[in-house]
Amino acid sequence: MIWLTWRQFRWQAVTAAAVLAVLAIALGATGFGLSTRFDQAGLSTCHSVCSSAASNFISELRGTPYAALFFGCVILMYLAPVLMGIFWGAPLIAREFEAGTHRLAWNQSITRVRWSAVKLGLIGLAAVATAGLLSLMITWWAGPIDHALSLVGGSPSFGGTRISPVVFAARGVAPLGYAAFAFALGVTAGVLIRRTLPAMAVTLVIFAAVQFLVPNFVRPHLIPPVQTTAAMNAFDNNEIMISSPGNKMTLVGNFSRPGAWILSNRTITPSGKLFTGPAGAACTGNSTPNACSNWINTLHLRQSVSYQPASRFWPLQLIETGIYLILAAGLGWVCAWQVRRRRA
Amino acid sequence: MTAAIEASGLGKRYGRRWALSDCTLSIPTGRVTGLVGPNGAGKTTLINLATGMLAPTTGTIEVLGSKPASGPEQLAKVGYVAQDTPTYAGLSVEDHLRFGAHMNPGWDAVLARKRMSQLGIDPKQKAGKLSGGQRAQLALTLAIAKRPELLILDEPIASLDPLARREFLQVLMETTAEHEISVVMSSHLVADLERVTDYLIVLLSSRVRIAGDIDEMLATHYLLSGARRDPATLPASQQVISASHTDRQSTILVRSAEPLLDPSWSVSQLDLEDLVLAYMGNTTTTASAETGHKIMEEQR
Repeated sequence: MIWLTWRQFRWQAVTAAAVLAVLAIALGATGFGLSTRFDQAGLSTCHSVCSSAASNFISELRGTPYAALFFGCVILMYLAPVLMGIFWGAPLIAREFEAGTHRLAWNQSITRVRWSAVKLGLIGLAAVATAGLLSLMITWWAGPIDHALSLVGGSPSFGGTRISPVVFAARGVAPLGYAAFAFALGVTAGVLIRRTLPAMAVTLVIFAAVQFLVPNFVRPHLIPPVQTTAAMNAFDNNEIMISSPGNKMTLVGNFSRPGAWILSNRTITPSGKLFTGPAGAACTGNSTPNACSNWINTLHLRQSVSYQPASRFWPLQLIETGIYLILAAGLGWVCAWQVRRRRA
Repeated sequence: MTAAIEASGLGKRYGRRWALSDCTLSIPTGRVTGLVGPNGAGKTTLINLATGMLAPTTGTIEVLGSKPASGPEQLAKVGYVAQDTPTYAGLSVEDHLRFGAHMNPGWDAVLARKRMSQLGIDPKQKAGKLSGGQRAQLALTLAIAKRPELLILDEPIASLDPLARREFLQVLMETTAEHEISVVMSSHLVADLERVTDYLIVLLSSRVRIAGDIDEMLATHYLLSGARRDPATLPASQQVISASHTDRQSTILVRSAEPLLDPSWSVSQLDLEDLVLAYMGNTTTTASAETGHKIMEEQR
């Protein structure tokens, strides 16, 4: 059974190995240049106030191949699980149904449960290992950039810090969970739909939907976010937007927690409602910014922020990975059960 | 003795349609059994139930005394060549033999290789590039080399040309005789089965119309023709299978254990194909369906 699994999988395995090898060469070749720049920026020896060195390091990388590779890796890390779901998972059993070869495979001296368990287990492990190697290489390579970003609290040209939704899914152990889930999702779609192409499409759609929903609606609540409410000082580098007509006014208070993932940052009135204006005369017309700030401070507004601190990167990673692995195991069970009770 | 296949009240429903209903039969071991019936009679459904590819909706089926596909031992005992003889198009013949060896503890590698070389099939050839006949031979080899006690074939030769058909059946006969394998094969072509089978089951609308030893079947059926006569006036020992009448003449197929001596009839015997067609024919009345049922019960 192991032989058969390998025999049917070897081209996909070779492809994955080739991609990993090319990436290893690209990252290996550039990784040392990157850490040299990191050292030159003084970041490896800096222990207290490092944000200016970090921000220099980041701004110097802008427009270089390092920046392109950084985003290339993020994209690759997003694509890898879903590609494995589509090209390894969906055809795994659907192709047997299409060719009728399940009737051959299921009539050897091996039970269907074992047949499906070995296939799912081995190729699922291969998917997880592939994602793990990718993530390991990329996390290592991007280490200097991630470190600098966490010091400056994200950068417009490099996305957020590693806990922010864009980068989070491309670092650490989370990709292992995604790969296992995407693969199991593909196999399940194949078993239920029994056609490779529709199963691939369904895998893509469901996985994309899950990858959209989880960072937006699930991940922020995996650990209850930290809530802070403090008096707002209008002189503190805030963003002030006034839209006319109606003098609607939006205030976003400055909030600095390096590397934190800010979920919401609201300015509220003393009664606890969201502050929306109207803007006073001091903030419209020809008055000075100081006059406006003074006026704002008379309103006794408060700033309410909800965020996940940078220190929660690993706990969030582990919880999310665990959830995806449990989902994958559940789908694997569905597959084996479906195959067992399967009709010809 | 344990039957090769024993079904009782067996039924399979797809949605609201019954592909097989209330099927009761017993197929003996040590025989080459032909399962014939028109398309839609439930042959494939019955075979899928016997190989465990389907689970019955009602009733029970046992193959060599156990539930089909109930475990590795049971799977090892039954060789199955599915309709259209599926093989892995991308794998070579050699890979298929390796597949058989890895998947079956009782694999007979010598037999498998010998078969392939006797048939002149290049082991390096991809299964997808084989002719229909060669592919069927490969599928048959995979089923035989696992050394089953029972070989089940579902219309294995339906898509083959006459030469490949003959070759396939020849190989089937040689190997099954050599290894004493019981065989159950379905077909809607009686002519194909006639050459190789010694036991026949006629399935019509999922019911067994007749089951028995072919020689005995041929020896006990008589076609009577003569002046028009009511079939009910025939002696009780003669069971009427079918009857057709013109204004002046009657043609009646009867089953009788005793020789027919009535001089008013011109008596002839049928070949297997005509006999099967008579059982499957439109002339079937409720009465003869009951007769068929009775015959079946006698057989059991």
